[in-house]
Parts: sequence; C-alpha cells; structure tokens
Amino acid sequence: MMDFNLTEERRMLQDTLRRFLSDTYDHERRNKVIASGAAYDTDTFQSLAELGVLGALFPEAQGGFGGTGFDLATVFEELGRAGTIEPVLTTLLAGGVVSDLAGDSQADLISSIIDGGTVVALAHSEPQSRYDLESVATVASSDGADVILSGTKAHVINGAQAQMLVITAREHGEQTDVEGISAFCVPIDAKGVTVVDHINVDGTSAATVVLDDVRVLSQARLGAAGAAYDVIELATARATLAVCAEALGAMESAKALTIDYLKERKQFGIAIGKFQALQHRMADMLIEVEQARSAVVNLAGHIDAPRNERERHVSAAKNLIGRVGAIVAEECIQMHGGIGMTNEYALSHFARRITMIDHQFGDVDHHLERFIALSVQ
Amino acid sequence: MDLNYSPEEQAFRVEVRQWLSDTLPRDLSEKVRLGKRLTKEDSVLWHQLLNARGWLAPNWPKSHGGAEWNAVQRQIFEEEACLAHAPRVVPFGLSMLAPVLMAFGSEEQCQRFLPRILSGEDWWCQGYSEPGAGSDLAAVKTRAVRDGDSYVVNGQKTWTTLGQYANWIFCLVRTDPDVKKQEGISFLLIDMNTPGVTVRPIVLIDGGAEVNEVFFDNVRVPAENLVGDENKGWTYAKYLLTHERTNIAGVGFSTAALETLKDVAGKVQAGGKPLAQNPLFAARVAQVEIDLMAMATTNLRVVSAAAKGQAPGAESSMLKVKGTVIRQELTALLRRAVGPDAMAFQPDYLEGGDNVDMMGPEHAASAAPSYFNMRKLSIFGGSNEVQRTIITKAILGL
Repeated sequence: MMDFNLTEERRMLQDTLRRFLSDTYDHERRNKVIASGAAYDTDTFQSLAELGVLGALFPEAQGGFGGTGFDLATVFEELGRAGTIEPVLTTLLAGGVVSDLAGDSQADLISSIIDGGTVVALAHSEPQSRYDLESVATVASSDGADVILSGTKAHVINGAQAQMLVITAREHGEQTDVEGISAFCVPIDAKGVTVVDHINVDGTSAATVVLDDVRVLSQARLGAAGAAYDVIELATARATLAVCAEALGAMESAKALTIDYLKERKQFGIAIGKFQALQHRMADMLIEVEQARSAVVNLAGHIDAPRNERERHVSAAKNLIGRVGAIVAEECIQMHGGIGMTNEYALSHFARRITMIDHQFGDVDHHLERFIALSVQ
Repeated sequence: MDLNYSPEEQAFRVEVRQWLSDTLPRDLSEKVRLGKRLTKEDSVLWHQLLNARGWLAPNWPKSHGGAEWNAVQRQIFEEEACLAHAPRVVPFGLSMLAPVLMAFGSEEQCQRFLPRILSGEDWWCQGYSEPGAGSDLAAVKTRAVRDGDSYVVNGQKTWTTLGQYANWIFCLVRTDPDVKKQEGISFLLIDMNTPGVTVRPIVLIDGGAEVNEVFFDNVRVPAENLVGDENKGWTYAKYLLTHERTNIAGVGFSTAALETLKDVAGKVQAGGKPLAQNPLFAARVAQVEIDLMAMATTNLRVVSAAAKGQAPGAESSMLKVKGTVIRQELTALLRRAVGPDAMAFQPDYLEGGDNVDMMGPEHAASAAPSYFNMRKLSIFGGSNEVQRTIITKAILGL
C-alpha cells in the first residue's frame, strides 16, 4: 500500500538523531576537528554507534536492526543535514561487503563493526577505474595456502582510519571482467600494506593503499573465489543511496541557511528576499530539492528490487541528485554573495560536500549514460 | 514508507485497463495518439462513457454521484487513461465549478447544476481572464450591477477555452468598484444563450481555435445565479484555482508522451541508425525520463499529503511548475525527433479529415502544432511566474 510516511520506529530514529546532532554538532566543532589534524571526532562516532545509527544500517540477520532502503535514507539525510564527517559511510560500504560475502564466519568482526569498535574500509577503486566497478587490476595470486595481493587502491574512504581493510583483487580474467574478483579481509598493519592518508575537499578523509606482495591466508578471502562482484555492486548501490540521502540533507541545510539570509540581509534599504529575481530562483530551488527528495524515496523503495531495476534507480537517482546538487550549491553561494564563499560560514561545508558527492560512485554523466544502457536491456 | 501498490490497487489498475480496452473507441484513441483535434461530439462521447461507468467525477463524493477515489486511485486512473490515449475529460464543470458549488453554493444550485454536469447536459466554460486581467486576475473589470432580481452584466472575458461548445459560463464579475480590488468581486453563473452574449474564436499559434473571446452587452442574469455572497467571489476563485491545479503535474500525460517519443525515436533514422541510438538525443530523453520518475513521486507525495478529497495548497504550485516544464520538454523533443517532417502544416489532417494526402509520416504531423500549443501550459492556470511567487510567499515565507 502506497504510503509516504515514515514508520514510528524510523521517525523516532530521525528525531533522536536530529536532536543529538543539532545539540552537539556544528560547523565550528567540525572545523576544530579538521584543524586539529584528526579525520573525525571519535566521541561523536561512538555516540552515533550508541544511538544505534550503525545498527540501523544492517538487517537483523546480520546483527543490526534495520538495513532497509528507508533506514539508510533516514540516517544519512540527518548526517547530511548536520554535515558530519564521521566514518558511517565506510561502515555501510565495507561492512556491507563483509556481511554479505562472509556472513556468520565473520560474525565477531561484524558485531564489532556495528558497535563502532572496528572501523573497516573498502579498498576497491583503483587509479584507472574512475567509476567502473568492474575495473580491477590488483592481482591476487595463490601460493599454497596463501594468497599474495599486489596493486594500488585509490580513494579508499577512511582507509587510514580503519583497523581492517576489505581489499578487492583479481584472481582471474581481464582487467574489466565482472568475473574473477575476490575480496579479502586484511588488517591495516599487514606486511606490505602502505596507506597514504589524505583529506578531501569536503573535509572527509580517504587514502591510497599500495599493496606490495601482501601475503594473507586464503581464509582471509570473503566468500567464493572470484565471485565478489555482485556483492560489491549491491554494497555500492546501498552506499549510493546513502550519499544521495546525505546530499539531500545537506541541500536542506543549505536551503534553510539561504532562506534565513534572504530575510536578514538588507540592501537598497530592504531585505534582499523581497527582490523577485531572488524569490523566483529560490522557488525553483525548492522545487528541485523536492524532486531530489522524490529521487531518494524512489531509490530507497527499489534498493531491494531485482538487480536491473535496482541499478536503473541507482543511476536515475544519482544523476538527478548530481544535477540538483550543483544547482543548490551554486545558487546558495550566489544568493549569499561573498559571505557564502567564506570557510567560516557553514554553507561552505554543505556546498563542498554536495558537490563532492557527485564525484563519489559516479557523476551526473556517468549515471545518465548508465541509465540509458540499463533502460534498453 | 512503502512504494508498492496494494493488491487492491493492482486489481484496480487491471480493472481500469480492461475497461479502457473494452470501452474506449479505437478511432477516438487514434485521434488522441496522433495529436488530432477532437470535436465536441468526441468529448461528449467520452464524457458519457465515463459517466455510465461511474468514473466521470473522481473527486466528487459518492452522495453526488462521484467516484470518491483516493490520490493513488486517481493517479492510477490517469496513468492508464493517458497510456490508452483516452481524451482529456473537459474539466470546467467537473473539477472546477463543482467543488466551488459543493463548498459555497446553495443547496438549490447543487441540485440544479451538479446532475447536469454529470449527464453532460451542460457544458461549462471558465470566465476568468480578461484583456486587462491575466496574471493579475483580481483586476477583472466585467461589471455586474444589481437591478431588482437580476444582475446586468457588461464587459469582456478572454482565453475562454472551448467556450464555442459551452452553454454556461462561470464568471468573476465586479460588483463593487470602490473597494480594494479583491473585495469587490462576485462569482456569477451565466447562461450563454442569454441575449447580449457573443462568442468569438481566437485562432492560435498552432492554427487551432480552442479559445475564445466572450462579450457581455447588457446581459440580464437572475440574482439566484450568484454563488455564495456578493463581493466574496475572490475567495471562491482562489479555491477553484487550487482545484484547477490538481492533476496539474500531468504525470500521466508525460508518461504517455515519453512512450510516444521513444516509439518515434526508434522509427526515425538519423545517420543510418535509429535516432534513439544517437547518444546526444538519448541523453536528452533519459534526463527528462529521470525527472519524470521523480515527478511521479513528488506528485503522489503532495497529493496524498492533502486531506482526503481536498486539493493540495501552495504545494500544487510546485507541481505546476515542474510538471509543465517536463511536459513542454517532451513536446520539444518530439518536434526535434521528427526532423524536417515537422515543417509541413497539415490542418486538414489535424482536424480529423480522412483521405488526406499526407506529407511525411503520421507521427510527424502534429509534432510542431502540439509543441506550440503546449506553450500554454506555463501560461494558464496562473503563469509559472505567478506560481513561483505563491511558493515564495506561502512556503518560503519571503
């Protein structure tokens, strides 16, 4: 039965999370964390775990209490609204790969991920792969009971903050084959693993991971050899939903800041919000943000659909969010004028995060092309 | 949150689809599919068929002979009707005047007019716009002066859609010229057969004449035809406009137009292969399809949030702007898709003539006229600029 209201549980989760973040988290606090050189605020992350935010990302069968599309959308919209940089996305992405591939055999690790004790990172993207999930050049070669991993992984979200890496590598096939990709659980301090940390434009952290003949036991392989692709794609779909919802939350915040500013800022003797040139642009922005919300709803509602339908919705949503995101980020800055460009003002963070989300898991053009391809199948 | 249709809703869709397939005459749906112009008889026939099934008035309560459907049922019906290329139901009596009569009219007026709207005995048109009152609707000048048991009406209405077929017109008239403009307007029902009423067609950019000028020269209207209170017409007018904007998103129309566009783009050859395979064209189509997927959900979110049977408030302005932008983009893409075949003007074909010597394929004949005709979408029912101003005031609070 068609229903656009959140369930009672989700509304409680939303309320709790929104209250917690508005009470404890703001632009100044985030800027202090970044200025201190830390990748994120460990207290905030622990509190989020205690509030059940991480548990809401996983289904009961995997030790969580949520895991549906609307659980993810609810959580990440609030994280986006507050502009957090804590490692929740990596928990969803890498944690999803571990639990979907390994299931009970990694039950301890999964429960430690869900309680926030262990941060995991997915080392999948590579310097050449751009947005193509099947492009894996990192090699996994068997040597008796061991597997040896070599290659370079790029844009690994929270790679340097993780205690455990989930590394994908090719056991057979060509560089862009869907078949032949496996995932391995590798501790961050394993011999031959070099992690180079960097901060992103939006304040989040990522790493380049160089694997120089990293020797692991074959038990480190999650699931069957060469068969990880479908799970990587599903986890990426769920992470794409998460960043779409996060962008939506960030857009809501950027929009709210701009409405307030249009009411307060006076030029030529009146509030600039009285100028029709700005009013109509703001009205258009509101319409676009509502379209973005519908795109998130559509994707959340289809995240458990059969593969093709799911991925078609992934690409539709990510394309629309990218387009609307650019409008919101650029228009909010423009309507603020110079103040909108200052690092000190919160809008700068939201504009950066919204814009960088277009570069995560595929941009507007990538997903438009993909939507076309998926539509003719 | 649940995007799935319930078994009842799915069964309803099947029932609607089957009924359309059994009932909608093939020659009528072909006319709609090919963008030909409908005659009065075409519209009346479709009206009667729907009424016989009890599906003519989705918004009306059952007590007045309506279907009393919820938002999802209405959406399902609209989608299926559009995909089957059913004609648009003429809305002026059914979804504009009727809600006003139910909310503000007298019992006598309801009993007199509502059954005749359903039966099709009366064809209503809308007397709102005037030469000097477009977006600034409250500036209407058409004057109604009380004289005993009558009002005497003088003035002019314009853009009166399908007024050439109508026998009744509901009008905004000025009953008090000496107060703030919104406070001197009344809502009056006028029989178009009254002496002094003249209708003159306006030929539009697409060669058709769907709108008219209506002149009133000392037209005597019985005072019992006043709806609600004298000088309160602006309140009723605004109420009507929110109903005018229900379904304004046009999701069903766009869904059908997208299907037609894809069908044509698959047939038309460009550079030795179907146009649908041209990456630039495919990208344009895909982008509007993605916008439409979100729009369908925005529409359902807004409509289902409105109280049962009620029209949404200022949010309908949002639907109007985005919905019309999408519809216009689809007609622009179809015009481009057919290439040079868009250029030939074939009025005889569009007017439904048989055995017309066609220039180019059938799917091309209405592409340019439809594109031009659909420019009206962002102008009527409160221009898209007026909608943005409503959003600004009512939602953004600026």
